[in-house]
Amino acid sequence: MIAFIIRRLLQSVIVMIAVAAVSFALFRFVGDPIYSMLGQEASISDREELRDRLGLNDPIVVQFARFLGNAAQGDFGISYRLQMPVAELILQRLPATMELALVSATLAFVTGLGLGVYTALRRRGILSNIIMTASLIGVSLPTFLIGVLLIWVFAVELRWLPSNGRGAVVQIGNWWTTGFLTTSGRLALILPAITLGLYQMTLIMRLVRAELLEVLRTDYIKFARARGLSARAVNFGHALKNTLVPVITITGLQLGSIIAFAIITETVFNWPGVGALFINSVRFVDVPVMSAYLMMIALIFVVINLIVDLLYYAVDPRLRVDRAARSH
Amino acid sequence: MTPETPVSEPKTPGRLYRAWDSDLAYAFRTAPVAIVATVVVLIVVVCSVFAPLIAPMNPYNPAALNLMNGFTPPMEPNAFTGEVFLLGTDGQGRDMLSTIMYGTRTSLFVGAMAVLFAMVMGISIGLFAGWRGGWVDSALMRIADVQLAFPAILIALLVFGIARGFIPDALRDQLAIWVLIVAIGLSDWVQFARVVRGASMVEKNKEYVQAARVIGAHPLKIMFRHILPNVMGPVLVIATISLALAIIAEATLSFLGVGVPPTQPSLGTLIRVGQGFLISGEWWILLFPAITLLALALSVNLLGDWLRDALNPRLR
Amino acid sequence: MTGAMTDPLLSVRDLVVEFPTRRGTLRALDRVSFDIMPGEVLGMVGESGAGKSITGASIIGLIEPPGRIAGGEIRLKGERIDNLRPEAMRKVRGRRIGMVFQDPLTSLNPLYTVAQQLIETIRTHMDVSEAEARKRAVALLDRVGIPAAARRIDDYPHHFSGGMRQRVVIALALCAEPELVIADEPTTALDVSVQSQIIEVLKDICAERGAAVMLITHDMGVIAETADRVAVLYAGRMAEIGPVREVITDALHPYTAGLMGSIPTLTQESDRLVQIPGAMPRLHAIPPGCAFNPRCEKAFAPCRETRPELMDRGNGREVACWLYDTVATGGMRNA
Repeated sequence: MIAFIIRRLLQSVIVMIAVAAVSFALFRFVGDPIYSMLGQEASISDREELRDRLGLNDPIVVQFARFLGNAAQGDFGISYRLQMPVAELILQRLPATMELALVSATLAFVTGLGLGVYTALRRRGILSNIIMTASLIGVSLPTFLIGVLLIWVFAVELRWLPSNGRGAVVQIGNWWTTGFLTTSGRLALILPAITLGLYQMTLIMRLVRAELLEVLRTDYIKFARARGLSARAVNFGHALKNTLVPVITITGLQLGSIIAFAIITETVFNWPGVGALFINSVRFVDVPVMSAYLMMIALIFVVINLIVDLLYYAVDPRLRVDRAARSH
Repeated sequence: MTPETPVSEPKTPGRLYRAWDSDLAYAFRTAPVAIVATVVVLIVVVCSVFAPLIAPMNPYNPAALNLMNGFTPPMEPNAFTGEVFLLGTDGQGRDMLSTIMYGTRTSLFVGAMAVLFAMVMGISIGLFAGWRGGWVDSALMRIADVQLAFPAILIALLVFGIARGFIPDALRDQLAIWVLIVAIGLSDWVQFARVVRGASMVEKNKEYVQAARVIGAHPLKIMFRHILPNVMGPVLVIATISLALAIIAEATLSFLGVGVPPTQPSLGTLIRVGQGFLISGEWWILLFPAITLLALALSVNLLGDWLRDALNPRLR
Repeated sequence: MTGAMTDPLLSVRDLVVEFPTRRGTLRALDRVSFDIMPGEVLGMVGESGAGKSITGASIIGLIEPPGRIAGGEIRLKGERIDNLRPEAMRKVRGRRIGMVFQDPLTSLNPLYTVAQQLIETIRTHMDVSEAEARKRAVALLDRVGIPAAARRIDDYPHHFSGGMRQRVVIALALCAEPELVIADEPTTALDVSVQSQIIEVLKDICAERGAAVMLITHDMGVIAETADRVAVLYAGRMAEIGPVREVITDALHPYTAGLMGSIPTLTQESDRLVQIPGAMPRLHAIPPGCAFNPRCEKAFAPCRETRPELMDRGNGREVACWLYDTVATGGMRNA
């Protein structure tokens, strides 16, 4: 168990270093940092001085090591466009994105799982067919279009829900702001969360359905039925638990991409999150923000991957190899 | 959708190919969903490709515009000029139908070129990895795995941002479409590479390939002559589904304002512009481009789904 | 045992099972009838696709949709079970009829320990405490020959070998003390070296508990050693039923005779196994008359026209063959 965790941790570190290398390459070679920082008017001696001060004349390896060291301490440099430390910019906006992602992920997972189980167990039902057809449209509908259409119906026509921003937020501690504690904050979350979660929900639903149908065909389910176990015990105790093994993996990765997909949703709803920050950095070639965002996303993916592996390990006893030696 | 282009295998007699084709044709005739989807795709493609010939006006020719016609609702005569527009007009008096035709043209062009780029790149890498095996193969496939873990839209955004950093400001708008194509293409090669790699690893050990090797055929020739035709089915399916994804990706990027330049608006740009008029009640500026995009993406997706089932390749 | 005139435990009459397909409805079972007496072992033999497994599945009420029972009836101790509501049938499964499947590697849920699966089954059917159920489970595992049962019971299925897993499967099938156990090819997937042990465990433990066994197999050797009576299925129809000794030594149906000819025995002087020419017809292409007539050396006119029904030949023997119909043969002697 411990060896397993250590091995996974090592792999994660390697992935992070690889992503850091890409970020560093971005940082160092895309555009000219000196030009971006000082603008066109600066004199040659000013440029040389800054180049020296930033260590851009050092060997690349030294620069990369310094970049890694700074990144590990949360220092990603200064945004070219906003002239503020990148880490501070990201931290300011992270709570908005995290809350949105959390709500969407929960929504996507719970409804996706529920609908997937329903459509698998009532495979020939009319409602199942309707849900499956609707899900195909859901997959083809671009996220931004879902957002725009939701705004049109619920914000413009019905005027039930706000169409942009987070509503009122409450400061918690130094770094966190939350919209959960105010009515306007909670109302503002609804449309963006649905927009962001819908696509993932469709995917999870189709996956759960496919896996569950697969499991329901297995011998051990037939044998469980032949032992007279109740439909409930067979479907939920035996079949669903086996379905969860593959579903966890893919769902976990999907949840990771929710953070990345938030870029689109945040733009549609003017949500003050990290995604909107990233879009602007792409638009204005604000390289430090781009490279920091890349590393943040990579870190989130790596952490989620690690959690998924551990969950997998907890659900499937076949992976716990320590006892297998006793097998007869 | 014309399968004959890359599959010109000299060794297989034409009869065999036609048999495969007619099987597919039969499956097609008996699938109403596929027929409807094809009709929709064909209508959209024809309307956009021949837009300059059949569109009621050229929306980007300032001389053709009459500002008085601005914000005309669909099917209603304009209050000042009395002109009627099937799908209404935007704020500049541009006929929406024409605007959509031209916008679809841009969307389809970017989508198709991006898929082509991804396909060529994916097939080349897949063939190479499968053929060489060893560490080259594992390195390439690890990269593919890592890339697959990240959403395509993020990769496309990054590539787009990086490319912008390298391109001088003056050329940015001019090259924007090509940058977009490369960005979407780069985010989408992995699926092609995986399928082709798998197939080439299987095929390379078969006797006919060994025989071709023994008589000294060039490895490249073996790969393209013998291995590629075997994976055309799955590749076609991936290409179709990728086309839907690429069209959506282009629309998304343009919607985010990092896609095509304003001088060549695509469906995504039109939707972004249309969103601004929702509050003031000019819904048609948003709705019609949105319906076009949805119809196109859904039809191509359905077609891909059907094709996968009909060819039943090693995708699932 | 076969001579005892008691009421049958299980009685299947004119059972018809159909599968609607695109090409039309297939009859997987066509008016199949047989009885199983309390405590007896009935062997069910036939080639793949003859309908053996479907017979088992229809008795326990688990035919895969869209297949369905289209006619006939199944009675357990005189009470019809083929038309029970799902919930009532569920209470029959496991409790009154147990089932052992072919492949022990896939029959057990990999995510639950053996104890969890046994206790769940026992407590589904019997009103006992968790501790009591566990005690019974351990005793049963011990009985089916799992060494150190008290300790091994908390292992997961993947900790056991194939033969051991099949013992666990037998324990699971028997844990609610059913009156009938349907064993569908219980040894086919196992290593040859453990096959006979498994059959022996199954036979002994059922005998101890007075449970009857319906043993589905294509292995005539297993039938010869284990069964009291044997039923031969051909293309979804019953060809012959009778006490196992008599059927082996003196088969009535030409198909059964052919099957017996294919058992390798040590005493047989000929080193050549007899083979029946041809193959069993597909279910959508069953010939008119007797399904076996195209392959039968002794076929004559009636065989090609009318299907023979099972006829009683005395001594508990029944056969569906025109050769034994005195009217059809017109007094002709047959060899």
